[in-house]
Amino acid sequence: MKATYREALNQALREEMRRDDRVFLIGEDVASYQGAFKVSKGFLEEFGPRRVVDTPITELGFTGLAIGAAMAGLRPVVEVMTFNFAILALDQIVNNAAKVRYMSGGQLSVPIVIRGPGSAAHQLGAQHSQSLEAWFCHVPGLKVVAPATPYDAKGLITSAIRDDNPVVFIEAQLLYPTQGEVGDGDYAIPLGVAEIKRPGTDVTLIAYSKMLLVALEAAERLAQEGIQVEVVDPRTLRPLDLTTLAASARKTGKVVVVEEGWPFAGLGAQIAESLYQRVFDYLDGPILRVTGRDVPMPYARNLEDAAIPDVNRVIAAVHQALYRK
Amino acid sequence: MASRVIMPKLTDSMEEGVVVKWRKAEGERVESGDVLAEIETDKAVMDLEAFASGTLRKILVPEGTTVPSGALIGIIGEPDEDIREIMSPSPPPSRPAERAKAAVSPAEPVAEGEAPASPRVRTLARARDIDLRAVKGSGPGGRIVERDLEPFLTKKDQPAVREILLSQMRKAIVRMTTQSKAPVPHFYVTIEVDMAEGLGVVEESKKPPAGASVSINHLIIAAAARALKQHPGINAAFAGETIKVFSGIDIGIAVALDDGLIVPVLRDCGEKTLTQIAEEERALVLRAKNRDLSPEEYTGATFLISNLGQYDVESFSAVILPPAAAVLAVGSARKVPVVRDGRVEAGCRMKVTLSCDHRVIDGAAAAQFLGTFRHALERAREL
Repeated sequence: MKATYREALNQALREEMRRDDRVFLIGEDVASYQGAFKVSKGFLEEFGPRRVVDTPITELGFTGLAIGAAMAGLRPVVEVMTFNFAILALDQIVNNAAKVRYMSGGQLSVPIVIRGPGSAAHQLGAQHSQSLEAWFCHVPGLKVVAPATPYDAKGLITSAIRDDNPVVFIEAQLLYPTQGEVGDGDYAIPLGVAEIKRPGTDVTLIAYSKMLLVALEAAERLAQEGIQVEVVDPRTLRPLDLTTLAASARKTGKVVVVEEGWPFAGLGAQIAESLYQRVFDYLDGPILRVTGRDVPMPYARNLEDAAIPDVNRVIAAVHQALYRK
Repeated sequence: MASRVIMPKLTDSMEEGVVVKWRKAEGERVESGDVLAEIETDKAVMDLEAFASGTLRKILVPEGTTVPSGALIGIIGEPDEDIREIMSPSPPPSRPAERAKAAVSPAEPVAEGEAPASPRVRTLARARDIDLRAVKGSGPGGRIVERDLEPFLTKKDQPAVREILLSQMRKAIVRMTTQSKAPVPHFYVTIEVDMAEGLGVVEESKKPPAGASVSINHLIIAAAARALKQHPGINAAFAGETIKVFSGIDIGIAVALDDGLIVPVLRDCGEKTLTQIAEEERALVLRAKNRDLSPEEYTGATFLISNLGQYDVESFSAVILPPAAAVLAVGSARKVPVVRDGRVEAGCRMKVTLSCDHRVIDGAAAAQFLGTFRHALERAREL
């Protein structure tokens, strides 16, 4: 069955809300407006206002409220309009959601999903175009998921809702309309399992969320030059499936990590460090990174395009990894 | 410095050897390369040469004694040297070849002024014994990178990390074939068989209402069984001091698997009808392909058949797997021009090659056996 990324999320959320009446959706514009990006289309009609809850513009407040509900036994899904606004809720996410289980000695748990789009769309300005996944990945106690395809989005949001720990689930505005096969009915893709999206032998390209599409296009173009790129999508960013990533790196000996976020202390740095620990002796050169430029996102479209990793930059990095000019 | 003389391990299967005769006496001068003793292995009697010069100080194993490979059997040293320490049981020193290899290991740190190499290159160089001083680096700052090793790697697409460990089956094939091909003196006899009638039988067996269909392979097994009955000298094995002639005709059939091959044994073929052979062969091969055989089902063949007919092969020679003394290698049945009554016409011929252990079978015996085999197979309707 074909579906958009948006529809895949809608299907999975709906199935989980039908399956378990402890699951509810809360956030800005999720009910009457059916979600800023229409992910919760039809939810108010089906589940009513007690389970599809519109809030004021109060991220810290409603995230804290949902964390309290989770501690009390419900399974909230918090929609943040974008992850830029989740910065306002960081105190609740970092200091409560991530720590309550630990600090209560396991007496309490916080089965919550905080979801919404991250990364840039087009010309939304510096404050609304950020890729903040590394911030969340830094925190022990949080799981972080960033699916790239409709199929993965459906299976991973299901696992995120069923998980007894807080999961930060990062979507992307530019992914919502993308189409792909999804499975019928409900299915769960386990958290912490990467997938090889394209097998290859010459170089490993690691990319997630929107950047997976860039990596796959680069791989296709590189194949025309006779370079066989293996594209690996970690899908879950914390915990990282280092077994799969390391096996690919060990095989090819050349690794390029693509991420839209900023380079300094970015996720690619962590992936590279983890791989150096495991497969140093099999690497034919330093692990290379293609990242967003180290600047606030420019508003001008030409400069914005220059700041976000694109196919040409990925191809250039692969050439460099292979010591080709 | 004193040197240990040990019972050598001359083949994979050699676990022990017999000191048949010492050719030097205690106290006698020996030079490196001199024959010290005669050693009997499970295959042959061989000379044991001295690896060191000096005096044969001590003979530790009397003639006629069997000792395990690696056991200390004598000491060579200077006439007045103290050899008590070296006589104490301790593992034999590594062989010279291994020491030489270690000495040129490229794992040593790169000296100042030498080009750097990527970790992958160092790993590959260690695995493939490549001296990196001989490699010119093409990476930044002269870094040696994987592609620079290409001329030194036999197969570029199989770097060290992809080396395939030998499976148990592959190990067994290595052991069986080298234990055969090296010590067993093979010779080969090839004949051509007219398959017109045989193919007719196969075709007819497929038509209803006939029972189980038969294949060319079944006909070959049946014909071989008949020929072996008439020529028991082929259904035999070399056993050192004797030749064993088997009364039962147990035919091993080579079956190809994804990662090797196995040779299940069809027992008592001499007592079976063609239909029985067909049924049992089919079941046995199926179980072989499912890796469902117990060891006694793939050991102890008295004769072997290896059929590559389905691969469009004209002819080939197979390696004998002891204890059998012969293996019949079967090519494809092919449409070929044949001369009949002075005229060229279309015919169907199949080449078979018998590999024989010359210690058991002589050329004329092989030719006579093949004659009977051909006669039987060309009259397939009588099988």
